[in-house]
Amino acid sequence: MSYLQYLFDPNSWTGSGGLGIRVGQHLLYSLIAVAIAAVIGVPIGMLIGHTRRGRVIVLGLANSFRAIPTLGLLILVVLLTQTSWIPVVCVLGVLALPPLLTGTATGIMQADQEAVRAARGLGMSGGQVLMRVEMPLAMPLVIAGLRSATLQVIATATVAAYVPGVGGLGRTILDGIPPRNYGEVLAGAILVAVLAIVIDIVLALVGRSFSRHLRLKPPRLTALTTAPTPAAEEQEQAAA
Amino acid sequence: MNWQWIVDNAGMIGTDLWQHLLLALIPVIVSFVISIPIGYLIFRSGPAANVILAIFGAIYSIPSLAIFVMLPLVLGTQVLDPLNVVVALTIYTTALLSRSVVDGLRDVPLDVKQSADAIGFGRGRRLFRVELPLAMPVIFAGLRIASVSNIALVSISILIGVPSLGSLFNITLQTGFLTPVWVGVILSILVALLADLVIVLIQRGTLPWARRRVTT
Repeated sequence: MSYLQYLFDPNSWTGSGGLGIRVGQHLLYSLIAVAIAAVIGVPIGMLIGHTRRGRVIVLGLANSFRAIPTLGLLILVVLLTQTSWIPVVCVLGVLALPPLLTGTATGIMQADQEAVRAARGLGMSGGQVLMRVEMPLAMPLVIAGLRSATLQVIATATVAAYVPGVGGLGRTILDGIPPRNYGEVLAGAILVAVLAIVIDIVLALVGRSFSRHLRLKPPRLTALTTAPTPAAEEQEQAAA
Repeated sequence: MNWQWIVDNAGMIGTDLWQHLLLALIPVIVSFVISIPIGYLIFRSGPAANVILAIFGAIYSIPSLAIFVMLPLVLGTQVLDPLNVVVALTIYTTALLSRSVVDGLRDVPLDVKQSADAIGFGRGRRLFRVELPLAMPVIFAGLRIASVSNIALVSISILIGVPSLGSLFNITLQTGFLTPVWVGVILSILVALLADLVIVLIQRGTLPWARRRVTT
């Protein structure tokens, strides 16, 4: 397919508007946006999950964030602040907030209540229960939230290029439209998709290492709390 | 906020809003109809199911802007044809909703299915009278996310020249006059929340058994 020519032409990768720079910019915007959202969303999610207060309001609010048209917010913020890429990153952060917040809060609320009660019984303070028991148990859902936030931000960061002076792979796509250089448009699209998939796989592996780490602990807890099976009871009696 | 501008341009705003709604909600309706059979086939496909769902997940990583631009090449439509936007959003929405259908069907408890078998329900009757009704709350949760995010997303159609509330953003970007972008953003959010409310009400009316279901 001749449209792929642009992507594989070494000349398209070099220079200030080359694909190499665009990929770097795209990645940078996305990572900063997700980091900002994580710094805000995860602690709030932890607080809501732990105290179970205000979850209807905060989670409802977070969900209604999905209704905000990113492009409109972007133009608004850029015109009001008169700066270039910082507001862009903040707007992308707004997009990443709902999945992170909901993932963290839900993860903490779904943490095994037996384990939480056991931790309290051991004399742990609220903060210790949160950090040492609830948060590790919530980690798979936190990572799931992080994955969907990152995916969304990387895919949407393309729209940012509509604002003058902002780069990223969206610039490549938009630059290709007027001259009908579909090879350039396709190159931008493919790279965004590849970027999103690669980052998602990395995060999935991180998440898997967390749950593998966790799997060592729950069986011990459940072995203590669940009633012994008849067979085990027989064995115990025989041993006695 | 310049109220006079809003009054003077009410007609144009109304047209943009209507076009916006059509572009966002036709895909939701089409996807709802086709996702149920697609989701059921994925659900029944055994080990292949997770692979198909992973591919559907990857569809989201294709930027919507790029799909809008590339579709004319695939469909043979005109570049400015609104159909490009509708087809692109239908692809996204179907990927999202089929996943909800699969999740919903997987959530149906085994003993419920066995009870249906025991009463003598065939496969078809079990699907339509037991499994699908129980899967519906999850499907509706997907429907809500799809409609809200579609309405938020449609404004980028303006990047390829198809009018929607995004046209108002464009006016602001070209003139620096802020009222149009405020109107566009606020209307878009209001309409999205309204659509969400309508779906919740439909769900309450048609699925009384799912009134207090918490989904994330």
